[in-house]
Amino acid sequence: MNTPLIILSYLILAPVTGGLLTGLDRIITARMQSRIGPPILQPFYDVGKLFSKENLVVRKAQNLFIIFHLLFLILTGALFFCGGDLLLVVFAFALAGVFFILGGYRTSSPFAYVGAERELIQMMAYEPMLIITAIGMYMTTHSFNVLDIMSSGKPLLLQLPGVFIGFLFILPIKMRKSPFDLSMSHHAHQELVKGITTEFSGPTLALIEIAHWFELILILGIILLFFPNNIWLGLAVECAVFFLVVLTDNTFARLRWQTLLKAAWIATFVCGMGNILVLSFLK
Amino acid sequence: MSFLKKSPWIIHYDASSCNGCDIEVLACLTPMYDIERFGIINTGNPKHADIFLITGSVNEQNKSVVVNIYKQMPEPKVVVAIGTCALSGGIFSECYNIIGGVDKVIPVDVYVPGCASKPENIISGVVQALAVLEEKHAKRCKDKKASKGKK
Repeated sequence: MNTPLIILSYLILAPVTGGLLTGLDRIITARMQSRIGPPILQPFYDVGKLFSKENLVVRKAQNLFIIFHLLFLILTGALFFCGGDLLLVVFAFALAGVFFILGGYRTSSPFAYVGAERELIQMMAYEPMLIITAIGMYMTTHSFNVLDIMSSGKPLLLQLPGVFIGFLFILPIKMRKSPFDLSMSHHAHQELVKGITTEFSGPTLALIEIAHWFELILILGIILLFFPNNIWLGLAVECAVFFLVVLTDNTFARLRWQTLLKAAWIATFVCGMGNILVLSFLK
Repeated sequence: MSFLKKSPWIIHYDASSCNGCDIEVLACLTPMYDIERFGIINTGNPKHADIFLITGSVNEQNKSVVVNIYKQMPEPKVVVAIGTCALSGGIFSECYNIIGGVDKVIPVDVYVPGCASKPENIISGVVQALAVLEEKHAKRCKDKKASKGKK
């Protein structure tokens, strides 16, 4: 397939799927709390509404940072789905996150400050695992190229079970789910955990929401990378993982950042690094 | 068409209510009434909100807070006053520190009476507020076009 076509379909399909998944998430969450829940298209209604609102800003630069956050997330996803370099994807992903944090800092609200600091801590917690995932892929397929990994046809999950578990562990951080939703939660709208978005309103808040859809799709794409031998199995596992994350979201309380950092790093070093070490001894 | 009607986000502020109306407002969010099925979310942030639900009469101390919250909400926005106190000051209206109803301080679009107001009443008030919200949005679009035409 040619690259422009993939990019075009990615630009259309990623936000649509991401939005639908978010809507599905809200319905599942509501059912778990014995409520009916909003319609599945609710995330699109929300974004549509936000675009028709006034954009109140503290400093104009804050919008610029959010625009870059979205652009870099789209770029990261495009790199990934075109079969680019996995390391580059990880670094571009981090850069997109940094823009979001800068946007939070720029608003100079104490709530946004706390949110941005927490987002930084979360980044410290999940970034090592993302890199270890890329390294694990390289050790098994001898390539950082997403296209090569996908066409290798090896059952990567059997060789990288530790890395997969470690990746699942950091998944709630990136999907903004309990117990690790410290900086921008889907719930608890009145609390400090909404901190980083405090000063964003109207269209800019909509951009943050859209960026989150792209992020979600990218994360799910990386999970799919563990199943080059059978994409359908990968998709099935992805559905199970999504349900699991929503279930944990509804059953666990939010942890403190100290616990988050410790737990994420322990999972990274024990599961991720352990897996890599075993792989290198087996060679 | 705008999506304002499909996802009104509310912010709730207790001026000097006895807490009766507040509990009824929060009851709307419980599984019994579940207003999230209409896309209504209770945000705690005026910058994210479309509808300002306010309970209780306004006193000298929280007057500035009420005005501040109202000013921080992005346009289009509507204010719903809930309960007798928010409408006129209620039984507190004679108190030395009470200014009176919410409309003495900020413009109110929908009045929901009752002491305390029932959740059904509150939801009905919010639904009426949606029509006002839509109206304000249409007016805002019109003004925008007019100002562009002048330029």
